[in-house]
Amino acid sequence: MNEEWNIGTREAEPGNRRRRMGLFLVCAGLVLLAVMVSGILLDGAAAETDFSRKNLAPGAGHLFGTDWMGRDMLARTLAGLSLSIRIGVLTAAVSAAVALVLGTVSAVGGRKADAVISWCIDLVMGIPHILLVMLISLAFGKGVAGVTAGVALSHWASLARVIRGEILQLRQAPYILTAQKLGVSRMRIAVRHMFPHVFPQFLTGLILLFPHAILHESGVTFLGFGLPPEQPAIGVILSESMQYLTTGKWWLALFPGLSLVLVVVLFAMAGERVRKLTDPASFHE
Amino acid sequence: MKHRLWFTGKKLIRMALLLLGVSIVTFLLMSASPLDPLQTNVGQAALGSMSPEQIAKLEAYWGVDTPPLSRYIGWLLDALRGNLGVSLLYRQPVLAVIGERLAGSVLVLLAAWVISGVLGLTLGILAGAFRGRWPDRVIRGYCLLISGTPAFWLAILLLLIFSVWLGWLPVGLSVPAGMEAAAVTFADRLRHAVLPALTLSITGVANIALHTREKMIGVMSSDYVLFARARGESERAIILRHGFRNVLLPAITLQFASVSEIIGGSVLVEQVFSYPGLGQAAVTAGLGSDLPLLLGITVVTAAIVFIGNLIADLLYGAADPRIRKGAVRR
Repeated sequence: MNEEWNIGTREAEPGNRRRRMGLFLVCAGLVLLAVMVSGILLDGAAAETDFSRKNLAPGAGHLFGTDWMGRDMLARTLAGLSLSIRIGVLTAAVSAAVALVLGTVSAVGGRKADAVISWCIDLVMGIPHILLVMLISLAFGKGVAGVTAGVALSHWASLARVIRGEILQLRQAPYILTAQKLGVSRMRIAVRHMFPHVFPQFLTGLILLFPHAILHESGVTFLGFGLPPEQPAIGVILSESMQYLTTGKWWLALFPGLSLVLVVVLFAMAGERVRKLTDPASFHE
Repeated sequence: MKHRLWFTGKKLIRMALLLLGVSIVTFLLMSASPLDPLQTNVGQAALGSMSPEQIAKLEAYWGVDTPPLSRYIGWLLDALRGNLGVSLLYRQPVLAVIGERLAGSVLVLLAAWVISGVLGLTLGILAGAFRGRWPDRVIRGYCLLISGTPAFWLAILLLLIFSVWLGWLPVGLSVPAGMEAAAVTFADRLRHAVLPALTLSITGVANIALHTREKMIGVMSSDYVLFARARGESERAIILRHGFRNVLLPAITLQFASVSEIIGGSVLVEQVFSYPGLGQAAVTAGLGSDLPLLLGITVVTAAIVFIGNLIADLLYGAADPRIRKGAVRR
């Protein structure tokens, strides 16, 4: 998360819009950080049961209400969001790294490597994401490890394709051809000349992977392939709430889901702004 | 024509190889799973009270005692002859289960696919044509919000509003509970399919609309649109004649690429509405370690996705003469 602040603040001088975007990025980062930290701190409170206050509708004492075991839904939601953000950041980072490596190898490594990697990309994109996450999670025995591996190993394909395309175009650029003629090694060209060029797209891709990661994590947990039921995860909360919907306990589902949407949208908006700030075409918009 | 056939043939071979890959990956992942199918389906307590012979019989039934390689080769040889094995949970041939479930889902899937495609295209064109003005802002805001909304939560929300609160639509299942199969009318099925299809349509729109908008902006800032404006063509004519036609090509690709997303979404949505479709069968098979069924479902859905991509590629050539000519020249 640190990179996005730097990009926001370092170049905040020219123009009002850029400054506003920078400010937005800082605020978004702070909010997400606050949710993450408060979730970690509230982990104990989220599990605390008190049968004297069960099934309370949202009110002054409990903003999000309480569930059938008297657990405070606000604490549970924050703890769940915190868990989701941590898993999301981890998996998005792993996915993006895989995408960067495979995309580069595919574009630089010659025809055979390209054919193999393109085939793998098609393969991963051919299975609906949620099914693939389910399968990988099963292979790792569900739980935190299963979800993390499942989401991390299934989301790299589209970004890898983008990076491959970029680098394929870049290979014909005059400065790359010159470097080749000067006898610069392939590895050095990739690291010194190509990475800086694809970095903005990589960064944007990384941030925009996050919403996907977090949505699939909660989805797979909701289905019962992810985090264990004792964890206060958003997927678990929503899946449990299903049993109480018809009896009118709407708050069990409404607020946790709404907070998840807010977090995801915040990340998507941040990604959009980073893209605008780093893309030369919309640099001066 | 010859080139088209050659092109299609090459794509079909690639598709077959990809399907083989999908089956291998799925099989590897399933057999790498540390979850013991006996523990999950029979339970520790029941296993403890069984004789070793009974346990050995169960192990044979769930395929635990066969080495994965021979198990896969056996499956593959059967699959090539059109037999995907027998589902361990449903005790029916996998193809029969999939056919039945797919028939249940097809109404929802098709409706969601068509509605999200048409709506997404329309909204995308509108947003692109009115770039920066209020229709664009509203549509973009909607897309941003929807792409951040989990499909299953939206399903829960719609269920709360329309079934629990307003009581207009049934809570779940695909037919009224406790009714004889013969007595179920098409209207009944339709009423049960409304909410799942609505959920999938709402979520499917965002991606298509956003991409169409990008293309539309490109078209609207092109020289030929500038020239059309200079000729005095009305905005309506420009959008319909120049915008719509040029956006149609990428829209076809998007529309067929969305097949995978809609099937993926249906897995979650069917779970919320207890809708007995393919997605729900996939979840049941996954939770119960029913390897043949999950393998079959993954291969069949992957085949549907690949066929969708193939149709998109072929339509591309049919819709744009330049692409046909390009193929011949090469």
